[in-house]
Amino acid sequence: MNLSVSLGRLTLPNPVTVASGTFGYGVEYARLLDLNQLGAVVVKGIRLTPVRGNPTPRTVEVASGLINAIGLQGPGVDGFIEKYWPFLKTLRVPVIINIWGTTLEEYAEVARRFDALEGVGALELNVSCPNIKAGGAHFGTDCRLLAEVVAACRRATRLPLITKLSPNVVHIAPYARAAAEAGSDALAIMNSYPAMAIDIETARPRLGNVTGGLTGPCIKPIALKLVWDAYQAVKIPIIGMGGIQSAADAIEFLLAGASAVAVGTANFYEPQTPLQVLAGLRAFLERKGLTDVRQLVGAAQHQLG
Amino acid sequence: MFEDTVTILANERETDAYFRLVVSAPRIAPRVQPGQFAHVRIPPLREALLRRPFSIFQVAGDTFSLLYKTVGKGTEALARMRPGETLSAIGPLGQGFTVPAPGGETPLLVAGGYGMAALYLLAQRSPQRGVVFVGGRRRVDILCEREFAELGWEVRVTTEDGSHGERGLVTQPLVTELRRGTTGRKLFACGPTPMLRAVARIAEEFGVPAEISLDQPMCCGVGVCLTCVVPIRTATGWEYQRTCTEGPVFDARVVLWEVPE
Ligand SMILES: Cc1cc2nc3c(=O)[nH]c(=O)nc-3n(C[C@H](O)[C@H](O)[C@H](O)COP(=O)(O)OP(=O)(O)OC[C@H]3O[C@@H](n4cnc5c(N)ncnc54)[C@H](O)[C@@H]3O)c2cc1C
Ligand SMILES: Cc1cc2nc3c(=O)[nH]c(=O)nc-3n(C[C@H](O)[C@H](O)[C@H](O)COP(=O)(O)O)c2cc1C
Ligand code: FES
Repeated sequence: MNLSVSLGRLTLPNPVTVASGTFGYGVEYARLLDLNQLGAVVVKGIRLTPVRGNPTPRTVEVASGLINAIGLQGPGVDGFIEKYWPFLKTLRVPVIINIWGTTLEEYAEVARRFDALEGVGALELNVSCPNIKAGGAHFGTDCRLLAEVVAACRRATRLPLITKLSPNVVHIAPYARAAAEAGSDALAIMNSYPAMAIDIETARPRLGNVTGGLTGPCIKPIALKLVWDAYQAVKIPIIGMGGIQSAADAIEFLLAGASAVAVGTANFYEPQTPLQVLAGLRAFLERKGLTDVRQLVGAAQHQLG
Repeated sequence: MFEDTVTILANERETDAYFRLVVSAPRIAPRVQPGQFAHVRIPPLREALLRRPFSIFQVAGDTFSLLYKTVGKGTEALARMRPGETLSAIGPLGQGFTVPAPGGETPLLVAGGYGMAALYLLAQRSPQRGVVFVGGRRRVDILCEREFAELGWEVRVTTEDGSHGERGLVTQPLVTELRRGTTGRKLFACGPTPMLRAVARIAEEFGVPAEISLDQPMCCGVGVCLTCVVPIRTATGWEYQRTCTEGPVFDARVVLWEVPE
């Protein structure tokens, strides 16, 4: 049975990856599961310099979901290379580094720095974080800026580029096309959806940042539709994510057109989820008499003709 | 750190809104250090996804127990679970209290409400017996007084309504005790944040060392999400550290109670 999939020039041993920001830098979960069983490890967003992040509370639990406003706390490029890369480079599966910046130049500079680092699997451009005032989301909600940021990173590195799109747009197709045309090797869909919660006793927003991004099972149908639409718009592969907590959820994304999937919020409540998804996917292929996971990709679209 | 399916052996009401849960957890129990916690997934919770953190109260062989207060949907669902049912627990987690060395400091423990749960193992494993100051709003908030006494510890109770022990806040008898002497003494505290803040201030005033266990809302419990951060003083300024990983126990001197401008 073949489980390996390709994201442009990057080959994953299987299609089950983890979502940036929900898996730390890999090392934190290494004692609870074998990271080398994953399709790829995707680390938390990194910019050039260290970031303190938002005031607390940073997350709030809502019905079948989570709203977060972490604010991309992180060690910056140098801190990441010093603290986390020695462990990550020992993994046998690809490591995808999620990067961001507040300016085009910063995105390109971060891409250049990681281009010089031996062993990086791919860079994922986060142009869609709703929790950062300067940068982040506005690159993802303006087609022209999106094309510029992808092109700038494309010039800065030979590494495969994955552009992570925002769900907060009227139609995703033009964004998918803009990223593909500017040289992105793959797309990641979706980032969190802008949201908030209010404490009725104190009449105050529940997040220190006031607003945040919604993730978890409640967003899955939205994410699925975005993957469906993007698949029709572009030829480059898609990593689907949003609320995946079972093999069945992951299979839905593959059928809609994703070549790979990422498990996000579910890691927080069940760290074994990625491995359970992989086992369930294998069993499903067997039950359906399929020999290659790629037979599932976009199959629901092909059904409709 | 292990993730295990643990079986409930007992789950009984202690007083009022407090329950005691005993589970069989052969990999987790023997490895627990005082002040560490378990991150528990409560299966009857459907729409509420996240695990809930609880200090590990007692350990006996392959079992550990929790002492919890019902405050919301998770703890209420937990209170309805019966022996024989299972839970998923990740533990032991976090950095616990430093157990005093033999002949070292005499511990003074300060607890509010379920904070007693985090301090029991420390009392049990400390080579020196000390005093435990326990406070609560009413008599029913005073937990496991007898168990600390059975360890040979002196227990000083305060309640805000005066229904048990001295009337007032737990910090009053603590201050009285510290006025009698501070040398060779160390404070260990767990309870609501205002109490911890008062303990930290008292420790500074009297120049005694203190370790405090912070109660911050958590999400992943294992250090990946950066939900549970608190501002901590460093050599060069301050940084956010994770209550679940660098904590929950911190040296009182490094905890900044407000985020600096
Ligand atoms: C390290 C650590 C150790 C803990 N040890 C214990 C323990 O030994 N015994 C015990 O009873 N509880 C303990 N807690 C608190 C416990 O985790 C919360 O009470 C529990 O998560 C509430 O879940 P719930 O679903 O019942 O409440 P929810 O329905 O989620 O919330 C109900 C109410 O409780 C408040 N709440 C939620 N989480 C916390 C929290 N972490 N601290 C204070 N208030 C909270 C909410 O703001 C809300 O007002 C500990 C917390 C931490 C971080
Ligand atoms: C706490 C948290 C932190 C996140 N941090 C990042 C990040 O640093 N970079 C990024 O591109 N996406 C980040 N995301 C978004 C996820 O990678 C993912 O796109 C989203 O959570 C949807 O998947 P899910 O519903 O399975 O969680 C974060 C999500 C959460 C919940
Ligand atoms: S709760 Fe996730 S980092 Fe502490």
